[in-house]
Amino acid sequence: MNPVRPPVFEARNLQVIKGGSLILDVPSLVISEGEILVLIGPNGAGKSTLLQTLAALQTPSRGEILFRGQKIGADVPVLQYRRRLAMILQEPLLFDTTVYHNVASGLKIRGMKRNEIDAIVANTLDRFRITHLKNRSARTLSGGEARRTSIARAFATNPEILLLDEPFSALDPMIRETLIEDLEKVLHETRITTIFVTHDRMEALRLASRLGVMNAGKILQIDLTSEVLHRPANEFVASLVGFETILGGEVIRRDNETFVASVSGREIEAIGDAVVGEKVSLCIRPENVTLLTTASANPRNAINAFEGTVEKVTHMGSFRKVQLNCGLQLNTYITNNSFEALSLSKGTKVVVSLRPTDIHVVRQKGRLSFGT
Amino acid sequence: MDLIIEGIIKAFWLLVSFDPEVLGITLLSIKVSGTATLISLVIGISVGASVALTRFPGRSIVVSLINTGMALPPVVVGLFVTISLWRNGPLGFLGILYTPLAMIVAQAVIATPIVTGISLAAVQQLPAKLRLQILALGATRRQMVWILIKEAKLSLLAAIMAGFGGVISEVGASIMVGGNIKGYSRVLTTATVMETGRGNFDVAIALSIILLLLAYLINLVLTQVQQRERPR
Repeated sequence: MNPVRPPVFEARNLQVIKGGSLILDVPSLVISEGEILVLIGPNGAGKSTLLQTLAALQTPSRGEILFRGQKIGADVPVLQYRRRLAMILQEPLLFDTTVYHNVASGLKIRGMKRNEIDAIVANTLDRFRITHLKNRSARTLSGGEARRTSIARAFATNPEILLLDEPFSALDPMIRETLIEDLEKVLHETRITTIFVTHDRMEALRLASRLGVMNAGKILQIDLTSEVLHRPANEFVASLVGFETILGGEVIRRDNETFVASVSGREIEAIGDAVVGEKVSLCIRPENVTLLTTASANPRNAINAFEGTVEKVTHMGSFRKVQLNCGLQLNTYITNNSFEALSLSKGTKVVVSLRPTDIHVVRQKGRLSFGT
Repeated sequence: MDLIIEGIIKAFWLLVSFDPEVLGITLLSIKVSGTATLISLVIGISVGASVALTRFPGRSIVVSLINTGMALPPVVVGLFVTISLWRNGPLGFLGILYTPLAMIVAQAVIATPIVTGISLAAVQQLPAKLRLQILALGATRRQMVWILIKEAKLSLLAAIMAGFGGVISEVGASIMVGGNIKGYSRVLTTATVMETGRGNFDVAIALSIILLLLAYLINLVLTQVQQRERPR
C-alpha cells in the first residue's frame, strides 16, 4: 500500500548486525503522518530493534532513516530528532522521585521554565487522570498507576511521534483494558503518528490503522489491518493473525472459481486460482469451523463436511476451545451454552463443516488467493 | 580493666572540657578525611559511572584493577605518596610533604578506588533499558549520566560511608606523609598511635572513643538518609 499522507519516517535498506548475525533487515518502510502502525511478531522478531533504530537509540549497521525527508544524524541532529519523539518501553522505568517530577522529566531535560512545566504537567496529569498521584513517590505506585505515569511522561513533551514497545505487557486484564481505552482515546484526539509494538493480536487490531507482521528481523507483511487480517501473505502471518489451522494439500481438480485440494486423504473445496497439481496451504480460523452433532447433519450432502470426534476440550472462560479429529486436526471455539446444548465431551462423534469462502489459500508460489 | 575505665573517664572529661588540643586534632581529622572523601567522590563517581556505561577493550582488566584498588593498603599509598612528594621526587617541587595537604592527597588516593568500585557497581545495577528511556526523553549523554547517578543515590551513599570510613580510620599513610606534627598534622589515628607508644593508654583510649564516635555519627546520619530513601 502506498500511503497518501506525507511520510514521517522513511527507512531505506535498514540493517542491524549484532555478533555477526543479521537481526534486522528492512529494505523499505514508510510511515505516514497520523497513522498508527502496529508491529506484531513473536519474541526475537526484531520489533524492539526496529523501534530503537527508528528512535535513533541504536545505530543501524547499514541503511538510513529519513524523518520528514531529512536524514537523521546528517540533515537533522540526533538529539534534536529525539526531542521530537517519545518512547514508552515495556517496563515503566520511572525515576525514583514523585509522579510530578517523573512527568516533568522530559520538560526539564529540554530546559523549560518552571511555570511552563507546572502548567504542562498539571494538564497532562489531568488528561491521564493521575492528578491525585501528583505528590506520590513512584516507588509506591501500583503497576497500572506506574504505566499510566510513564504514558503521561511521554505525552508531556507533546511529541510528533510516539513509539510504544509492548507497554501493556504483564498487566492484569482489567487494568490493561482501561489503559488501552485511554490510550486509544488520546491517540484519536491527538492524531499523533504512532508505532506500536506488541505480540498481542487483540491489542494490535484495536489500535492499528496499518499492521505489520515481523519475524526473524524481517517485515513479512505490512498493509491495512483488514488486508493483513483477511489476506495473510504466508502461513506464518496467517498463524499470527488468527488462522489456527493450516493444512498443506495439493490441488486435484478445479472448476471455475473453486478448486478441490487433497489434504491427508480428505477433499477440501476452496476458492482461488490454484492450478491442478499445485501445492497449497489452507488456512482456517477456528470461528469458521461449524460443529454439528451427527444427528442433525448429513455430511454426505454437504461441501467440506467431515465426520470426526472431539479430542480435547479446553475451558477458556466464556467459551471453550474444542480440538477435533476428522482425519484432519481442526480447532473451533463454541460458547458454553452451545457446548452444553450439544452435550459434547471427549470422544463425542460430530460433523465438522467449513465454507469454501472461509478458507484462506496460500499458494506455494506466486500470489495469494482468498475465498471471500 | 581499670585502664579501660580510666580511659573512658578521661575521654568523657576531654570531651566535656573541650580540650583545645583534642578539639584541634578532631577538627583536623574531619577536615582532612572530609576533603579527601569529597575529592574521591568527584573522581570515583565520574570514573565509576564512565566505566559502567562504556564498553572498551580491556574493560574487565580496568574493573579488576578498580576492585583491587578497593583493598589498597594505606601504608603502600603512604610510601608512594611520600616518594612522590619527597624533595627529589616527581612532585617534590610542591613542597607539601608533612602537611595536611599531603594527608588529603594520600587519603584521597585510598578512598577513590573504594568510591569508584561501589559507584561502578551501583550504576551497573540500574536497569539497562533505563539509559534508553532517558535518551528517548531527549537527554544529552551528560544529562543521562547525571540522571543515572541520581537514580543510584542509595548505593552511592554506601560509597560515601565506605570511603569516609576507610580514610578516617587509616593511620599508615597519614603518619608517613603528615609526620604527626603537634598542632599541625596530628589527627586522631596518628595521635592514638603516638599516645599508645608513650604508654598513655588513657589518652589513647579517649582518642579512640572520639574516633569511633565520629565515625558512628557520620554513618548514622548517612544511614538515616539511606533508610528513609530505600525502596519499600
